[in-house]
Amino acid sequence: MNAIILTAIWGVVMMLGGAFIKSKATPKYLAIFGLAVILVANCLEMNTGMPIFTVDVKNMLHFNSFNLTFINVAFGCTLLFFLLSGRDIEKVGENVSEYFALIFFILCGVAIISTFNSLLMLFIGIEIVSIPLYILTGSDKRNLKSNEAALKYFLMGAFSTGIMLLGIAFLYGGSATGSFYIDNIISGNAPMPPMIAIGLVLLLISMSFKVSAAPFHFWTPDVYDGAPTVFTSFMATIVKAAAFFAFVRLFENAFGSMHEQWQTLIVILIAATLLIGNLTAVFQQSVKRMLAYSSIAQAGFMLFSLFALNNLAKEGLVLYAAAYSLASIGIFAILIKMKDYTIDGFNGLGKQHPLLAFTATVFLFSLTGIPLTAGFQSKFFMLMAAVQTGHHIWLVIFAVLCAAISAYYYFRIIQAMFFKEAAADAVILADDITPAFKILLVITAALIIVLGLFPHFLTNWLYF
Amino acid sequence: MNQNIWITFPELLIWFPLIAGLVAFIIRKENAVKNWSILASLITLGISIVSLVYADNTKHFYLNNVSYFWLRYLGSNFTLGLDGMGHVLTALTAVAFPVIFIATNKTNYKNANVFYGLMLLTQSGLMGVFTAMDLLVFYFFWELAVIPAYFLCSRWGGERRIQATFKFFVYTFTGSLLMLVGIIYLYMHTMPTGSSEHSFSMNAVYTAMLSPAERNWIFWLFFIAFAIKMPVFPFHTWQPDTYEQAPTSTTMVLSGIMVKMGVFAVIRWILPIFPGPVSEFDNIVIGLSVIGMIYASLIAIKQDDLKRFVAYSSIAHIGLMCAAIFTKSEIGLQGVMIQMFSHGINIIGMWIVVDLIEKQTGTRKISELGGIAHKAPVLTIFLVVIALANIALPLTNAFVGEFMMFSGLFKFNFWYAAVAGLSIILAAVYTLNMVQKVFYGEANSVTEKIQEISFNQKLVLAVLVVLIFLFGIYPQPLFDLTKDTVAAILTRIK
Repeated sequence: MNAIILTAIWGVVMMLGGAFIKSKATPKYLAIFGLAVILVANCLEMNTGMPIFTVDVKNMLHFNSFNLTFINVAFGCTLLFFLLSGRDIEKVGENVSEYFALIFFILCGVAIISTFNSLLMLFIGIEIVSIPLYILTGSDKRNLKSNEAALKYFLMGAFSTGIMLLGIAFLYGGSATGSFYIDNIISGNAPMPPMIAIGLVLLLISMSFKVSAAPFHFWTPDVYDGAPTVFTSFMATIVKAAAFFAFVRLFENAFGSMHEQWQTLIVILIAATLLIGNLTAVFQQSVKRMLAYSSIAQAGFMLFSLFALNNLAKEGLVLYAAAYSLASIGIFAILIKMKDYTIDGFNGLGKQHPLLAFTATVFLFSLTGIPLTAGFQSKFFMLMAAVQTGHHIWLVIFAVLCAAISAYYYFRIIQAMFFKEAAADAVILADDITPAFKILLVITAALIIVLGLFPHFLTNWLYF
Repeated sequence: MNQNIWITFPELLIWFPLIAGLVAFIIRKENAVKNWSILASLITLGISIVSLVYADNTKHFYLNNVSYFWLRYLGSNFTLGLDGMGHVLTALTAVAFPVIFIATNKTNYKNANVFYGLMLLTQSGLMGVFTAMDLLVFYFFWELAVIPAYFLCSRWGGERRIQATFKFFVYTFTGSLLMLVGIIYLYMHTMPTGSSEHSFSMNAVYTAMLSPAERNWIFWLFFIAFAIKMPVFPFHTWQPDTYEQAPTSTTMVLSGIMVKMGVFAVIRWILPIFPGPVSEFDNIVIGLSVIGMIYASLIAIKQDDLKRFVAYSSIAHIGLMCAAIFTKSEIGLQGVMIQMFSHGINIIGMWIVVDLIEKQTGTRKISELGGIAHKAPVLTIFLVVIALANIALPLTNAFVGEFMMFSGLFKFNFWYAAVAGLSIILAAVYTLNMVQKVFYGEANSVTEKIQEISFNQKLVLAVLVVLIFLFGIYPQPLFDLTKDTVAAILTRIK
């Protein structure tokens, strides 16, 4: 509860503060301070079980250590994102504190969709996340691509929200008791009534849209490419992970007992997402666009948690969220500093800025899933969860083959950084690098390696 | 007894090169880092030699085995151990690196600190592969050993290095991931232990409960990963390109030691876990190996590039090892154990000679060379000995191993042995042909300026030649070391 209320309050504070704060750097520090406090408050709630604010939510929200850990992961990654890319947020436009305020509102939504227990809360949470995102996507007002992306995102997003509402309506009508509570919609593994089946499919479609699973992924590359890169970084990591968490939470609690009846749909989604994401990423020349497609491919792996829906899968999802967010935030933070966003723009980075290139390598290794990185552990957990179900082993084999394809496009950046030369007087970076930025990159890389060696540092928190 | 030991041999063999490698990164001076690497690798060699003194696991079990808690709730512990086979291969790794460093001491690399650092990290990874007694730990090292090698080849290699090395990486990475699926499937069928539902420990995976049908297809997931690494026909296409493009010192590591990872892993994991499929598919695997031997030998005859020549000859030799393993005979397996060591020594010797010739003449084309014997008689003598070992002439170390492997193959099926035997003749043809063309005949403008080799190079080649004769005449130490491993594996298969 702390997280939801405090983020909302802090969002308002940031927004009003914008009217009085003249300095451009202050909002960043204010945001970092606020988020750190919120993170501590959330940890306190997790340890003591006693929130600062006790609100009777009529069981529409449900807090347990599992949800709260996920909120911690999401907020922790956002804090790291603020620290790494805060300066770049300042450069997007004039209204710096508003951008931060919007991000706080999104975090409020993230906290709601990670704890919802009622379809209404899910809907409200998704909307709270989405609307600020539309604004952030279009925040580069003079850039046509940013405008186009925002409009596209808004139209597609509104459409998917409509589908979601329709789905919720069907479920409400179809459930025996007429309830929005997700654990009351169905009981047992009886054959699905048609109303429920339609509702389930509609929700599946709208959630797949939010997590950009194929074939509902078409908005992703354009929006990720058009949005200012700092906000792409946020969208592609924390928001996406939260949407996944909501997706799994919804389907586990609402439809878990009928898992077998809709598992086939997930199998199709996984296969399509992995195939389309990986194959299209191979052909990209722009790193930003390549990362957009790769985020689709990574979503394919995360979908395994829905396919398996066992304990390993849930641990794996949180681990995946952390691993993927850390690595992507890191690689985006470096990308923002680049002058040229194409793969050739990375040529010779290893020689000019060895530390940047080294940390980028760790992030890319993690995204590929090389052992010793968190990315390996998270993929490993997902594969274990899938194998534990005992069927559809072909899908697991297909997934690892796709992971091998992903090595191709991630390693192209590594090859450019270390094995290709830039022109002698070429300026690779558009921006100067502060020592603090370097230290933070190293910390991010270190976190990835620590999680890669000892994933239980994170997963143990889930069962407090 | 356990309490008195604060560190064990497998730990030393892994951590020392790792730390030495990390130290090498921060040494800026080129000469200093070269000397440091030689020193570090000699210390590792020392550790390995001392470990051989205490190799007897019945008496010194706690010196050779260690286990830490790691991912305990998943049933994976950081378990390391040295058995006979592990001792042979860690010894090979320990011998190879100082030899490589000293032999290529004259070569100058850009960013030498990174180069030598990565070489030492590779050594650490290889030691990990050879000592891992837990399937997940094994997988970790299996992957990690390749990463520094990937950077070494792509950064310091030849003209087409990036593509060639990437092909190598993608091949092995795909294989490893398939194996990972196999590992997980196996893990899900292991017995519960005290602290977890399943376990990755060696005993647990050896006794996993699988139906014969499941075993059959998981066998292939593992085998493809190992076959790519060895490499066995038809998974060998990455190998000649990579060997050709990699810097020669890295090629020595790849061909001398890294290919042994595949052979080793088949013996360590496939034979005990999949006795059924090994019997079922032995004809397919041996057939592929024999085809690969003949095919590679025929290509080697036609090769004009010295590096590709050695690469193909290596495929032929590895093919024989793979075939001998799948005969499941005692004599065949013993032969493989000895040959793993011998082949490592011989091929590193070959590469050193190739490297010396290339450095001095600037070419690797057999057709452009000739008459080196007049200019550099000592080099020629060494080369001839190594070449004869490559053909497995009696008195050389390779003879013992190849003879035993052929005996095993002969017992298994006469026709395989007969066809594979052709490769001995072909080996003689291509090796002697190469020796004749490169070293004898008239010296030409290219080889005119060649000089006799330096003391360092004489020294390392002499060490290799001594090892060749030593184990050719008296292979008993290797038998003694590995007979327990062989016996243990054979009892599991029967």
